Amino acid sequence: MTDSSLPKVDSFKANLEKRQRVGRLWSRIFYMCNFVAILTLIALAFNISNNAFGYVAMSYKKDPVALSETPIETMDELGLAQILQREVPKKLRVIIRDALSRVPNEEFSQLSLQQALGGAVLAPEIATLKISEITDEQAIQVLKDNLDQGGLYNLVVQHVVEPIIRESWTLFDSLTKRETISQRIAEKYPEAKMEFRSWVNPMFLSNSISSDATTAGLRTALIGTLWVIVVTSIFAFPLGIGSAIYLEEYATDTWLNRLIETNIRNLAGVPSIIYGMLGLTVFVRLLAPLTSGAMFGVQGTDGRTILSAGLTLGLVILPVIIINAQEAIRAVAPSIREASYGLGATKWQTIARTVLPASTPGILTGVILSLSRAIGETAPLIVVGASTFITIDPDGPFSKFTVVPIQIFQWTAKPQQEFRNTAAAAIVVLMIVLMLLNSVAIFLRNRYSRQLTS
Amino acid sequence: MAAPVQTFSSDDKHKSASLNPLAHKSRPFESFIQLLLFLCGVASIFTTVGIVLTLGIEASSFFANRGVTSVNRQLVSEITPESTNIQLSTGGFAFEVGHVIEVEDELLFVTEVIDRENVVVTRGFNESPIKTHPAGKEVHKSNLVTLTEFFTNPTWQPQIAEFGILPLLTATLLISFIAMLIAIPIGLGTAIYLSEYATPRVRNTLKPTLELLAGVPTVVFGYFALTFITPILRGIFGENVVGVYNMASAGIVIGILIVPTITTISEDALRAVPRSLREASYGLGATRFETTVKVLVPAALSGILAAVLLGISRAIGETMVVAIAAGAGPNLTLNPFEAAETITGHIARISTGDLSYGSMDYKSLFALGLTLFIITLVMNLFSSMITRRFREAYQ
Repeated sequence: MTDSSLPKVDSFKANLEKRQRVGRLWSRIFYMCNFVAILTLIALAFNISNNAFGYVAMSYKKDPVALSETPIETMDELGLAQILQREVPKKLRVIIRDALSRVPNEEFSQLSLQQALGGAVLAPEIATLKISEITDEQAIQVLKDNLDQGGLYNLVVQHVVEPIIRESWTLFDSLTKRETISQRIAEKYPEAKMEFRSWVNPMFLSNSISSDATTAGLRTALIGTLWVIVVTSIFAFPLGIGSAIYLEEYATDTWLNRLIETNIRNLAGVPSIIYGMLGLTVFVRLLAPLTSGAMFGVQGTDGRTILSAGLTLGLVILPVIIINAQEAIRAVAPSIREASYGLGATKWQTIARTVLPASTPGILTGVILSLSRAIGETAPLIVVGASTFITIDPDGPFSKFTVVPIQIFQWTAKPQQEFRNTAAAAIVVLMIVLMLLNSVAIFLRNRYSRQLTS
Repeated sequence: MAAPVQTFSSDDKHKSASLNPLAHKSRPFESFIQLLLFLCGVASIFTTVGIVLTLGIEASSFFANRGVTSVNRQLVSEITPESTNIQLSTGGFAFEVGHVIEVEDELLFVTEVIDRENVVVTRGFNESPIKTHPAGKEVHKSNLVTLTEFFTNPTWQPQIAEFGILPLLTATLLISFIAMLIAIPIGLGTAIYLSEYATPRVRNTLKPTLELLAGVPTVVFGYFALTFITPILRGIFGENVVGVYNMASAGIVIGILIVPTITTISEDALRAVPRSLREASYGLGATRFETTVKVLVPAALSGILAAVLLGISRAIGETMVVAIAAGAGPNLTLNPFEAAETITGHIARISTGDLSYGSMDYKSLFALGLTLFIITLVMNLFSSMITRRFREAYQ
C-alpha cells in the first residue's frame, strides 16, 4: 500500500523535470504580461508622434520668400505690420476684429473702438471712432500696439502667406519613403513645396479653432480647459476634503455614516457619462438661470456653460478626491492627535493644526491626480454640451466653451488625414500637461512616504 | 481611585460650568465646523439621489405612461388603415416629430410634420390595432414605450419609433467580452508576476508603467484604437472583412485600458494571502508555479473576482473609445469586425446633436442611461460585497 502511493524515483525525477519546465514556461508567460502595458505605451507614443510630425505638401498663396529679403520669422513688429499694410490693406479691419475684438461679430462695427476692443491700447484720437472711420495707418498702429512679434507673425501667415496643406504624411513614411513622397508631390501638386512639419507648433497653440486644418489651433480649447478646471477645483476640492475630514475624524459608526461611505465607493464606479446626464438635467436645465448667468445679468447664453461643465466634472472627481484624502488622513499617526489633545487643543484645533498639515502632501497628491482625471475627461462634457465650434475665447464661467479632449474627439471624427494630424498634436499637448501634473504628484508622494518611514 | 466627586444642582448649568473648568463646554464654532463637514459628507448622497431621480423621472416618462394628454384637436378627414398622412383641425397643441398620437385605441407615431394641420405618421405603433377612423374623432397625445418592447424589439431607430435596446446592448456586451478576453489573462498574469515573482526593484519599475497607462485619457485610447489597432486588424484579416469602424478594435483597446484596474485589485488580493499558506505549499515540495495556481489564486479568488467584476463594469461604461472606434449607428450583430453602436456610444452621439428637451429621442437617452446605471451599479455592489467577504477571511 505505502509503496504504491509513493512515486518511483525514476518517474518522480522525470515528473519533477516536467513540473519545473512548466513552472519556468509560466514564469516567462507571467513576465511577458507586464510587457503588454509597456508595449502599449510605446505603441501609443509611436502612433501619436507618427501623426504629429511628418512631411506635408504645402502650397502658399504668397511665397514667404517673395515677401521680404529677411525671413519673416525674424522680422520685427514694424516690418510685419508693413507687410500687412502692403499686401492686404482691405482686410486690416477684419484682422483687427478677429484678433482683438471682445464683442460678438455682429455688434463690432457699430461700437466705438474703445468699447469693441475693451482693454486694448488705443491712441486717444481714435478711441471713440468706429472701426470703419480709421485710416489704414491707424489700423496698423492698433495692431502694432496690441500684438507682439509672434502675434503679428501669425497674422501675416494667416492672411498674407495663407499656407494650404495639400497632403500630409506620417513620420514613419517621411523617414522611410522620402523619395516617393517628393516624386508624388512633384507630380500631383507642382505648385506645392515639400516641408517637414511639426503639427505641434507655436501657431497651433495660439490659433483659435478653424475649419481648415492648416491654421487650426488649440487656443480656445486650452482656455476652455483652464476655466473648467478652475470651476471644478473651487467646487470639488473643499467639498471633497471636507467630506474626508468628516468621515475620518468625526463620523461614528452609525447607519448614516456607513451609507455615506458605501455611497462614495459606489459613486466612484458610476460611468462618467451618467454624470453627464445628471449635469444636463440639473445644471444645464434645472439651474439654467444660475448657470447661464441670467441671474447675474449675463445674456445670450443657455445653461451649456463653463459653470455647468465645471460643476459636472466636480461631481465626477469628488469620490476620487474623498477616497484619496481619507487615506492620507488615516495615515496620520494617532500619537500626533493624542499629543495635541493632551495639550488641551479642541477637536477642530487638532485637525486644523496637526492632522491637516501632516496629511497635506497626501491630500495634494490625490487632488492632483483627480485634477488630471478631470482634464482628460470627455464623455460627461459631450453630454453637458460643450460647443464644438466657437470663435470667441471663453472669458468667464458663463461662456460657451470647448475643451482639449472634446477638440481631440472632434478632429478624430473627421475623415481627412490633416485632422488626424491636428488631433495628434492636441494629444501631445494634453499628454505633456498631464505628465507634468503627474510628476508633481509622484514627487509629492515620494517626499511623503520618506517622511513616514524616517 | 475614588476622587472627590463634586456634585452640582442640575438646575444651574451655567454655574456648574464656571465652577468646573473641565466640564463640557458648548463651543459654537466647533459645532459649526462639524455641521459644515457633515454637510460636505452628505453632499455625495445628494449626487446619488440626483442621478437616480434624473434618470428615473425622464425614463419613467419615456416608458408606459398611460395617461394621454388632451390636445383639443380632431381629425378633419377620415383616415383609412393605409393612409399615413393625417389632417388635423386647426388650433390646439402642435405635434412634433417623435410624438405619439392616440386615436381611439390606435397609436400613430409622428415621423414628419408638414405644417400645423398635416402630419405624416407610422400606423399601428407599439402593436396597436390599425383601424379606420372617421372625421371628427378626438385626437390625443400619448407617450408610450412598454418595458417589454424596450427589451425585446430588435431595432433601435428613434426616427421611426423603434425603441429596442437589443442592438445597443449586444454591442456593449460583445465589446466588453472582447475587452475581458484581453484584460483578464493579461491583468491577472501581471498581478501574479508582480506579487509572486518580481523582486522589489523590478516591481518598482513596472508598477509606474501601469500607473502611467491608467492615467492616459480615454479619448487618447480612442484615437489609438482608430488610427493604430484598426489598421493592424485590417492588415491581418483583410480590408473587406474588417470595417474602418469595428467592435474588435474598440474591445481590444478597452481591454488594455482596464488592465491596470484588474492588476491593482488582484495584486492586493494575492498579497493579502497569509505567508503561512505559501510556506506550507513550498514545504510540501510544490514549485512556485504550483503554489501560485493551486494555493494562492484559489485563496485570493474572491478578490480576483471582485477585480474582474469591476473591470466588466468599467468596460460597459466606457464611452470615448467606442464613440470613436466602434462606429455610429445601432447594429444587431455578433460579428466583431462590423461597426455597431453601444449604449454609451449612442448617448454620446445623440447628445452632440441639437436635442429638443422633452422629445422621445431625449427621453430615450435617459432610459438607456438608467439601464447602464443599473447594470454597472449591480456589478459594483457585487464587487464590493465580495471584497468585504474576502477581507473577513484573512484579517
